[in-house]
Amino acid sequence: MLRLETRPTPSSTFVLASPLIALAATVAIGVMLFVLLGKDPVQGLQMFFWEPIKSPYAWSEIGIKATPLILIALGLSLCFRANVWNIGAEGQYILGAIFAGGIAMGATPDSPRAIVIVILVAGIVGGMMWAAITALLRDRFNANEILVSLMLVYVAEMVLSYLVYGPWKDPQGYNFPQTVTFAKPTQVPRLFAGLRLNIGLVIALFAVAGMTVFLFRLFRGVQALVGGLAPAAARYAGFSSRGALWTALLTSGGLAGLAGALEATGPLGQLTPYVPVGYGFAAIIVAFVGRLNPVGIVFSAILMSMFYIGGELAQSRMQLPKSITGVFQGLLLFTLLAADTLIVYRVRWKSTAGARIAGAKA
Amino acid sequence: MNEIALLLAATLNAGTVLAIAALGLLINERAGVVNLGAEGMMLVAAVVGYAASVHSGSDVLAFVAGAAAGALLAAVFGLLVIWLNTNQYATGLALSLFGVGFSAFIGQPYTRERLSERTQFEVPGLADIPFIGPALFKQHPMVWIAIALTFFLMWWLNRSRSGLILRAVGESPESAHALGYPVRLIRLAAVVAGGALCGVAGAYLSTVYTPLWVEGMVAGRGWIALALTTFATWRPIRVLLGAYLFGGVTMLQFHLQGQGVQIPSQFLVMLPYVSTIVVLVLISSNAAWIRANMPASLGKPFSPGG
Repeated sequence: MLRLETRPTPSSTFVLASPLIALAATVAIGVMLFVLLGKDPVQGLQMFFWEPIKSPYAWSEIGIKATPLILIALGLSLCFRANVWNIGAEGQYILGAIFAGGIAMGATPDSPRAIVIVILVAGIVGGMMWAAITALLRDRFNANEILVSLMLVYVAEMVLSYLVYGPWKDPQGYNFPQTVTFAKPTQVPRLFAGLRLNIGLVIALFAVAGMTVFLFRLFRGVQALVGGLAPAAARYAGFSSRGALWTALLTSGGLAGLAGALEATGPLGQLTPYVPVGYGFAAIIVAFVGRLNPVGIVFSAILMSMFYIGGELAQSRMQLPKSITGVFQGLLLFTLLAADTLIVYRVRWKSTAGARIAGAKA
Repeated sequence: MNEIALLLAATLNAGTVLAIAALGLLINERAGVVNLGAEGMMLVAAVVGYAASVHSGSDVLAFVAGAAAGALLAAVFGLLVIWLNTNQYATGLALSLFGVGFSAFIGQPYTRERLSERTQFEVPGLADIPFIGPALFKQHPMVWIAIALTFFLMWWLNRSRSGLILRAVGESPESAHALGYPVRLIRLAAVVAGGALCGVAGAYLSTVYTPLWVEGMVAGRGWIALALTTFATWRPIRVLLGAYLFGGVTMLQFHLQGQGVQIPSQFLVMLPYVSTIVVLVLISSNAAWIRANMPASLGKPFSPGG
């Protein structure tokens, strides 16, 4: 009989191996799925693991998708480490896009280039304000942050919908639910001529460095960690769990808002009801697969972006629904959680006869 | 007058979806397991139930298929959290995220399908009573089943041996284990039962309530059902009343729109979500009361002998 034995100390090997095991399991299930649907599995794997990385153009598209995922997942990793279950990053992302869009709409072709900075800061503020609602209700009224942050995603979607169908609708937009196309100075600078990749990726990588320093070098980071891992120890040390709650939620709200602002003024260039595409939820998976570690998050964000692009390719070239991306994303988190068991436990084969003898001796 | 009767009828109908899902979640939470995968289970069950109805034309088969889909997903969740001791929040979240993607994936062909003519139910004679008739006696039998289920659970959790064992597992798994009860199997059974009921709720939504399959159609009802168990402090009767209250809020938005009230529709659609937050704040601010009523081992893993 297979038995789980608790390891004396958690295995650091499996902390790193577990995402790879999960990826292998997801690929295996994916291959089975392709065969089951009568599609060529080799072509399927190509769509997900070769096409998205085969050219500079392809890498630029990966970078565009990885930017919001990295930013949001960094904030979520802080939340999850502090044991704050913010699963409403999607809503904070939408508010960031709304705040940024509100400023960008007012820009004219003559606006100074520095308006980009104002726009991005507005996005951060928007995301922080939305996350602050969750923090306040948790802190002041003990309301469960999982449910509050998630309900606020639906509310944020409706706020966006109201604006683009109502007061912010482009009067010359043939009645489509969309704002005006933002003036040129609002556009986030691009990194290379001819590629869509923009400076957002550089900002995201700076955020990775910043979060690494914060988590592993600064006192407040330590406070958040201890508050999450051992609330009693944190109280004994005089750390405030309220402080950790606010720090985690405001940071992750701000980062998600920044991601929304970058998306609105980068690839999108206007607000529509289709601003939210699920990055806020996918980033939860990115954070876990990246082991809640800033550098790990970069790799898992690249992987998740490959899933997105692979899904789009599978739709156009293999006549598969694009939602296959969501299936693989969900499977990856499932298999990861299962594989994580190996971090804390060792699997031992024990014959029942052996167990009985051992029992008799004792 | 008649309009109010119709509003009442619609409220009971909308509340039934929430009530069945929340009563299911109440069972597994009473055994100590939180399943945040409700939304995902309901979505997959909604499309599976819809497909079953399209192919067979039978509502009963749709409910059975939905229940089976919910139970199967819940079983996978249960194996992970009960035997592998994975984090209940993260695993439930994984189930919800998977359910969103998987339901959209398998549901794609069914967005174009329509169901056969829906049966109108009415209790002969009683349905003609003014006011009460249209409100109460022209309902799908599931509305009555939800009420019956509520009273059954009230009896079962308080008066039956097996119900008390379930609660013992949720309050103190160590004591239940020491008394020789198979804690893990009982928890798995509770999780599977919860998933099956979420599945029935999902199938009811797509085959009777709407009746349509649209991507993401559960629209947060799984999460609201999770909130309902807390609002109700884990009591079946309060779950039912809370579900009707939220059903009423949902219906109020259509009613106000019908009345030509000059509020942008988006603010009306927000109502159930905002109400959930408001009620959550009102109930949770009394932390001691929540703690006193919450199953003591809720969310905590249990391993026998270790």
